Amino acid sequence: MSAIYILIGASLVVATGFLIAFLWAVKSGQMDDRYTPSVRMLFDDELKVLNKQNDSSLSNEQEKKELN
Amino acid sequence: MQVEKFSYDNKIVKYFAIATSVWGIVGMLVGLIIAIQLYLPSLSFNLPYLTFGRLRPLHTNAVIFAFVGNGIFMGVYYSMQRLLKARMFNNFLSYLHFWGWQLIIVLAALTLVLGITTSKEYAELEWPIDILIAVIWVVFGVNMIGTILKRRERHMYVAIWFYIATFVTVAVLHIVNSFEIPVNFLKSYSLYAGVQDALVQWWYGHNAVAFFLTTPYLGLMYYFMPKAANRPVYSYRLSIIHFWALIFLYIWAGPHHLLYSALPDWAQSLGTVFSIMLIAPSWGGMINGLLTLRGAWDKVREDPVLKFMVVAVTAYGMSTFRRSNAFIKKSECSGTLHGLDNCSCSYWCSWMERVPDIWNSVLLNTKTLEN
Repeated sequence: MSAIYILIGASLVVATGFLIAFLWAVKSGQMDDRYTPSVRMLFDDELKVLNKQNDSSLSNEQEKKELN
Repeated sequence: MQVEKFSYDNKIVKYFAIATSVWGIVGMLVGLIIAIQLYLPSLSFNLPYLTFGRLRPLHTNAVIFAFVGNGIFMGVYYSMQRLLKARMFNNFLSYLHFWGWQLIIVLAALTLVLGITTSKEYAELEWPIDILIAVIWVVFGVNMIGTILKRRERHMYVAIWFYIATFVTVAVLHIVNSFEIPVNFLKSYSLYAGVQDALVQWWYGHNAVAFFLTTPYLGLMYYFMPKAANRPVYSYRLSIIHFWALIFLYIWAGPHHLLYSALPDWAQSLGTVFSIMLIAPSWGGMINGLLTLRGAWDKVREDPVLKFMVVAVTAYGMSTFRRSNAFIKKSECSGTLHGLDNCSCSYWCSWMERVPDIWNSVLLNTKTLEN
């Protein structure tokens, strides 16, 4: 079962890499704030907002037409 | 002070979206053909190229690596730029990644139909294509890590972690499983033999499902589901625990694909134990996704995108539960393959959700889907 050493070795390398990444993330404060990132990701300061407004105004017009 | 200006690369996202749709149709069409062949074998027209044995790997490769793969890249390129507030690291790498990946898919389709295969499931492609896959995958990784390094947002949103795990682990899996000795340009033999080969193959096969089909789409779920519902994920804290628990547990469960084989009994049992433990992070993720919609279920009634997401996340939860249980030895016969196929399907459902956003035409798509 020599292959198992390759697999355990490879898996441990990946696991160790992620453990280091985890420790880095904790120490550098990536996880200090466990709430606001989930809210901040909702806001995009993109031009897309303009398009969306156009879209919504379009839909309003369409709805008005449908109502009429 | 000068205001810094930059733009997102939306063109690459559209490229991947088109590729996703095209390969999705091709892959499912081949799937339909082989399904019909099960009761109508003459549908192969006595041509070796169209026999079930050659079309079946074509179907799985097309759906997993072409359809789901391009879907991953579409979602990652879209969400990563926005989460990190940065354009992709390098334009050339983006398009090299795109065209390289499509080339791999075309080469895969040609070689599989011609009967050129290593006969390892989900890793059928011969060694020159394996090398090409490794190179293009690294191109993707460099482009992603470069983008992360030059980000304008200090905090890395949980989805980014899922993408990193995807890149790193798939690279390791692919390379270790593809160690093979070439006989000539189109034929090679695996470096491992017998049950060792089986163990390596299912360490790969199991984790390919984990890190190619699962982690990228969980990352995408954590981006697109809150976006679609326009409210934050139920618990960001849970999403962090979900990520770290999942990646540390998933990789040890491969031996559950080799129950009742020549694999040592302890290895089979260990794989089973880890499969059971996996229920916790899998369901943590599902619950986190579904509870994001608390108080917003009225939106699900109106919004077809959210409908797809709810079905996808629920199906994910069901199939992970079923899968974990199926790998308890006594019930193993219930058909392990369905587990893989089902849970993969559930992610595929969710690909549609992000197309509207990409073309900025939410309204149009909503109307079309409802009609």
